[in-house]
Amino acid sequence: MAADKTTNKMYQVGKSIPKIDAKEKVLGQAQYIADLIRPNMLFGAMLQSPYAHAKIISYDTSEAEKVPGVKCVLTGDDFEDHKMGPFIKDEGAIAKGKVRYMGEPVACVAAEDEATARAAALLIDVEYEELPAILSPEAALEPGAAVIHEELQDYFKVFEAIAEDNLMSFTEISEGDVDKAWDECDLIVENTYETQAQNHLSLEPCGALAEVEPDGLINLWSANQSVFRVQANVCECLGLPMSRLRSMTPKVGAGFGNKMEAHIQPLCVALALASKRPVKMILSREEDFETVRARHPFKVRCKTGVMNDGTFVAREVELLVDGGAFADDSPGVLGNAALMSMGPYHFPNAKAFGKVAYTNHLRFAAFRGFGNPQVTFAGESQLDEIADKLGIDPIDLRIKNVLDKGQKWFGGQKVDSNGLQECLEKVRASSDWDNRRKNSGDNGIGVSAAGHISGLLATGAIVRMLEDGTFVLNTGATDIGQGSDTVLTQICAEALQIPIENIRTAAPDTDGSPYNWGTTASRVTYTTGRAVVGAAEDAVRQIKDYAAILLESSADDLELREGGMVGIKGANKEVSFFEIAAMTHWGVGGPIVGSHTLVFDQPTIDPKRAVARGMPFTNIGVFTFAAMVSEVAIDQVTGKASAEGAWYAVDVGQAINPGLVEGQVDGGYAQGLGYTLFEEMVWDDGRLANPTLMDYKAPGTAEVPYEIDTTIVEHPEPDGPFGAKGVGEITLVTVPASIANAITHASCLRLRKLPLSPERVLNGLMENE
Amino acid sequence: MSSGETISLKLNGEVREATAGPTTTLLEVIREQLGLTGAKKGCNQGVCGACTVLIDGKLARACLSLAVNSVGREITTNEGLTEDGEPSPLQQSFIDNGAVQCGFCTSGMIVSSHHLLQDNPSPSVDEVRDGLSGNVCRCSGYKKIIDAVRNVAGG
Repeated sequence: MAADKTTNKMYQVGKSIPKIDAKEKVLGQAQYIADLIRPNMLFGAMLQSPYAHAKIISYDTSEAEKVPGVKCVLTGDDFEDHKMGPFIKDEGAIAKGKVRYMGEPVACVAAEDEATARAAALLIDVEYEELPAILSPEAALEPGAAVIHEELQDYFKVFEAIAEDNLMSFTEISEGDVDKAWDECDLIVENTYETQAQNHLSLEPCGALAEVEPDGLINLWSANQSVFRVQANVCECLGLPMSRLRSMTPKVGAGFGNKMEAHIQPLCVALALASKRPVKMILSREEDFETVRARHPFKVRCKTGVMNDGTFVAREVELLVDGGAFADDSPGVLGNAALMSMGPYHFPNAKAFGKVAYTNHLRFAAFRGFGNPQVTFAGESQLDEIADKLGIDPIDLRIKNVLDKGQKWFGGQKVDSNGLQECLEKVRASSDWDNRRKNSGDNGIGVSAAGHISGLLATGAIVRMLEDGTFVLNTGATDIGQGSDTVLTQICAEALQIPIENIRTAAPDTDGSPYNWGTTASRVTYTTGRAVVGAAEDAVRQIKDYAAILLESSADDLELREGGMVGIKGANKEVSFFEIAAMTHWGVGGPIVGSHTLVFDQPTIDPKRAVARGMPFTNIGVFTFAAMVSEVAIDQVTGKASAEGAWYAVDVGQAINPGLVEGQVDGGYAQGLGYTLFEEMVWDDGRLANPTLMDYKAPGTAEVPYEIDTTIVEHPEPDGPFGAKGVGEITLVTVPASIANAITHASCLRLRKLPLSPERVLNGLMENE
Repeated sequence: MSSGETISLKLNGEVREATAGPTTTLLEVIREQLGLTGAKKGCNQGVCGACTVLIDGKLARACLSLAVNSVGREITTNEGLTEDGEPSPLQQSFIDNGAVQCGFCTSGMIVSSHHLLQDNPSPSVDEVRDGLSGNVCRCSGYKKIIDAVRNVAGG
């Protein structure tokens, strides 16, 4: 039921049906975390650290406790010393003993209303002893630098981390012998590229609502990308068994990575446990900026050696990454950045290595692309520098070196589907590249290509037949707005050959849903889709066994027919799902429940081919591909570069819902455009200077062009659901270099530091003159 | 929970009463007291547009509008634009054109679009971009939203 089906016409897959939750959203009736209320509910608020790095000497909560309406005040002294973290368990629910970034929660309050809670939190007096603030990875790794986590060696780590003092993680992957290979190269280009911190800016701020039942069981609703990561994080940092906590999610107002790991959920649960009342906490926009997480600033030294005909010989990439105050997903981001740093190309000699360091900034973590936008900005910018020196067309240079299907990704994993060459050819045509490269007037156009992962870790699905022959699908996957509930429903409907309306897709709930690691890593369509297909196949086996009884036939002679029927192959005789449901519920066998679980298990590193140290993961996923051309205009007076259009081709294996694929392209482009041209979180010493939408510019209709062209390329992934793989991240990954390359085309200016702000463009133009 | 004076305003055609202090915003009244949660608090600073409503037919940020200033005025939220609880042609166009992703901006986006179409029933792409320049969407890249506004049935 996989790849070869793509040649057949399908019943539900490949159709751009509207999202199944679109109606409640356009009516303004969809319920998000801030819309939920429970009887007798309190509101929570927090006090944030005024220092980037300081010891906590003492707390005085007496003034806050006197405020009418305040029910409970908690400080670090009220929390036991438990830690959470996806790679290194280094983070408590609240600061305890010391603070590690400015804005870190140090105390919290629950009160009868939000204004009282917020006012009371500010009355908590905390005495600090300031420590030297470490505000760059270079400073963090200096010998003798103040140590941010004194107990780093004792922390539990889920991988063999190379970590010491402020070095959070070191990773290295190598193939061939780059040091020897440089002598063979006709041309070597080496540069350093820098990227900035970007805020996720999910329009919905983070929030949570917790209540404790009389028997001590905890119900927790929150804005999240994984009810299971919420459950694990809260229970780990509060020392609770996971069986005590039920994690659920209402509608989620986007994620992009910032809602994957914990935000305010542990404090909210702690306040509910202490106050014995339901407690809701909703972060203000400023608090969301200051306390959740952001995209890592990178420094990327990239050295590439090629032959005069454009053949790639060797590349070496060195990374230096600001991890912020807690590890969160940083080791994974560093590892993925290293793995992606050769791009989707064949380099016989390749080496990537780097460090992520603890600093006294806000934690940096998962954000759409997971380290790939930074290294692809470097690598794809450098390819254009090489193409220019060799006098080769940039698209030709890429096509010459692109990995073929069956070749190995850097590290050794086989690439089983790869439509990148077709993607490059498609954007060459759709953008009118050959003509516009020569005759684009004042505007410039630039190309960029990338591969990205789709997959990893565990997932499951349960498909249950109801009394009337319709179904409930339950996967535990959180739809953060991208449309996975719709896609998974289409996959299920295809596998069962029934209308969409005959499937109810359950909201994620740790009490009833099978495990799902999360909505991240472009993985839900691919991994959860595989689980849905497996669960539906399990249900179909049972359906056919019971239909065989009703039809007095062998199950092997039966086939599914559209609309919920089972028939004898080559004959008109058939029986409906309704009849099978009636029989199994009331007479024979028992109700039909199909299930399937899996964990992605293809190894990322082949030790016969590559040498790797400090790898934070073992099985990262399959590969997805995209190419794009960007057009920019440059204002020669102000230096402002404006995006004028984009032509994408994305290889998604099989588009389950082409309209939703376009949505991921359009949205990834807009978010990438902001990242490339103007978005930047700026710190003034340890203080985040622009934690508001007044000061942090989000792309609006004035900045995002309407001209976004999408070509969907479908090279089926052999084990993907109907051949499908993910598309959520890669559409952002390609944006920075395509715009930087277009600026070079327009002006001969090569910028290697994001954002490509008017100031940098103008300074560059003046230097060039 | 809410201290202050009792105020009366006309919300989506119905006279409603609420309690408002001197700093209570219209957004707080609509969401927390009157039970309409389509308008969202995205930035509480008047930038993101997720709380956009009409006050006497004019676009307004409910997060920046004081509730006491709304006394006697006609307030229209996205919920008030529905037709017997079913999607209006504009709301249906958001569904049909795939203009909804996470949905957090959607109510504000629809109110701004409704206002735009009242003045200009057949806007160009750039006119829609101008009309929606005060509403942030982080998911969609705006293209399908612009299509939705331009493709309203009968519009």
